[in-house]
Amino acid sequence: MTERANAALEGMDRVVLLKDIEQFLYWEALLLDERRLNEWLDLLAEDIHYWMPIRRNIKFGDWDLEYSDPESEISYFDEGKDILTGRVRQINSGVHWAEEPVSRFSHLISNILLLEVNGDEVRVSSKFFCYQNRLQDEVNLFVGRRYDTLRRDPDTVFKIVKRDVILDQNVLLPKVVNTFF
Amino acid sequence: MANLITARGDRSLRSLIDTEGGTVSRELYVNEDIFEQEQEQIFGRCWLFLGHESQVPNPGDFMVTRMGTEEVLVVRGRKDNQIRAFLNSCAHRGMKVCRYDQGNALVFTCPFHAWTYDCNGALVGAAYQYAPYAYDGGIDREQWGLTPVAQFKNYYGSLWATWDPKAPSFEDYVGPFAEGIRYDCEASDGEEAGIEVFRPFQKWRLPTNWKVPAFSSSTDLTHAAMTHRSVNAAAIGPDRGTMSGGERHKRRAPFPADRFAAGDHNLGHGGNWTVYQQPGVPEYVDTWFEAGVDDYFREARDRKAAKYADRILPPHGHEGGHFCVFPNFIMDSWRWRWWHPHTVGVVERWSLFGVDKNAPKHVKDAVRHYVMRYNGPTGATESDDMENWNYVYAASQGARARKRNYFFANGLGRGIESDQHPGVVFNGSHTEEAHRARFSRWLAFMEASSWDDLYPINRAKSHRIW
Repeated sequence: MTERANAALEGMDRVVLLKDIEQFLYWEALLLDERRLNEWLDLLAEDIHYWMPIRRNIKFGDWDLEYSDPESEISYFDEGKDILTGRVRQINSGVHWAEEPVSRFSHLISNILLLEVNGDEVRVSSKFFCYQNRLQDEVNLFVGRRYDTLRRDPDTVFKIVKRDVILDQNVLLPKVVNTFF
Repeated sequence: MANLITARGDRSLRSLIDTEGGTVSRELYVNEDIFEQEQEQIFGRCWLFLGHESQVPNPGDFMVTRMGTEEVLVVRGRKDNQIRAFLNSCAHRGMKVCRYDQGNALVFTCPFHAWTYDCNGALVGAAYQYAPYAYDGGIDREQWGLTPVAQFKNYYGSLWATWDPKAPSFEDYVGPFAEGIRYDCEASDGEEAGIEVFRPFQKWRLPTNWKVPAFSSSTDLTHAAMTHRSVNAAAIGPDRGTMSGGERHKRRAPFPADRFAAGDHNLGHGGNWTVYQQPGVPEYVDTWFEAGVDDYFREARDRKAAKYADRILPPHGHEGGHFCVFPNFIMDSWRWRWWHPHTVGVVERWSLFGVDKNAPKHVKDAVRHYVMRYNGPTGATESDDMENWNYVYAASQGARARKRNYFFANGLGRGIESDQHPGVVFNGSHTEEAHRARFSRWLAFMEASSWDDLYPINRAKSHRIW
């Protein structure tokens, strides 16, 4: 369950911080849409942990079973910057048939919520709606929520230190995932 | 099924396979009548893979799995600790009695009319069961339990079932591949049934006919160089380089061995088949980026070498398991993957990944992370397979496309029939011998009226068609 803590910055400080976060997340979405994946990698901290669990159908109350356990179970993504960089190299190789020819992606970001301010780091939750249109008529929809830890950065405003991607699917309906959320 | 309507008019199933030219009509893949017949003739009769015993370790543990198009509830008995499998459909009016992927249960109560079953599948109650104005105690509990599978087998931890009470035993069904399955269930140190699987199932949909992947993957060495051209760019190997594959992803020193594509035309199984020429286990070669993992696997290899000091390893797949169990299961030492048909043009892929159950956490973690970046809809390697398998189907549906047969003639006529295993043909490692064996068996199942017509029950019958 998500709690909000220590997010009560006052007045303009809060407005500026929220705007910085919002513009950063929108900029990230634009880089993904425009296939500027090397620039997207620049937004990731060297120590990023990027995780997207598999979600189970579970009995009400068995909440600890809902998401695949990052300590012992299989997730869709559970990795750091080295593997993410490898994925970008693969897409950019021009022979990654699952994303060649490249897709038309629209990453829509909304419901941005500041959860916590902790020194130069903030915890943020947002919703994503990612529309994929590929070849003639291949359409995939990815909808869910993200939980991010962002760290202030002099070059890129923030770096993403941790991202949990909670996709609203059980059996993955698209045949592959060729983008990032 | 004698005849069906195809783009070329009425045809017999047999006429859709050109055994002299080594080709197969695309009708097998796109024709809805054939798909419907397959559900009864093949998925209603064959032994199908359900999962692994480590997914239901405790009494009352359950998971929902599939047998082809149908959901199956696998549950471990509370009193006898035995694993059983049932159709996930209420005996009363057919509602799914379990809609959770996994969990632990005392009973399964249908959400429709509260028909309630225990972990042995027996009906133990229903709403109004004793009401004099309703059932009045008149439900025959013996008759109205969940539909059990006809036969169930726990084979060294791997779980299998068939709907057909006349099907042969699991061991007879897999024939010469039984040893390979047993071997794949061994831990790295040779401990029998020494693996567990990472939970949960990986599941995803793919718009294609189930046979496109199930009759091809893991027996098709010629696809890798082109299909997987990009994966070296990703450098996802255990060493964070370009190395991938291998026996549960461990490097091995060279070892005298013969490598074939083997197709069992009587049983339909087949794939890569490695026969070692001397006893023992190849030396371990460092493989892993993560600290301490090589130490574990090297020591495990040494224990295994002691076990096999005087024995030749069972014939198994290319450096591990790498073969298909007819009709839809692919056993590859470190990844088990299978294909559930949904409709003629939609398949659902499931995967499980094995690891030594006694391995320390840092070893399990390293293997698990490699598994995740290699396999599945987010796997750098497997994602490219999906694209090809998807658009094979799209480009084969048209009236004109259906008139052009698929080519399966690679190595045709060059195979050598085994004198040890009737129906098994050995051929060059990069041939389509194992693909052809699938079609021999596919035709046999589609034409047979019962298991009496099928090998191994009817050993007089050879199913080899080419």
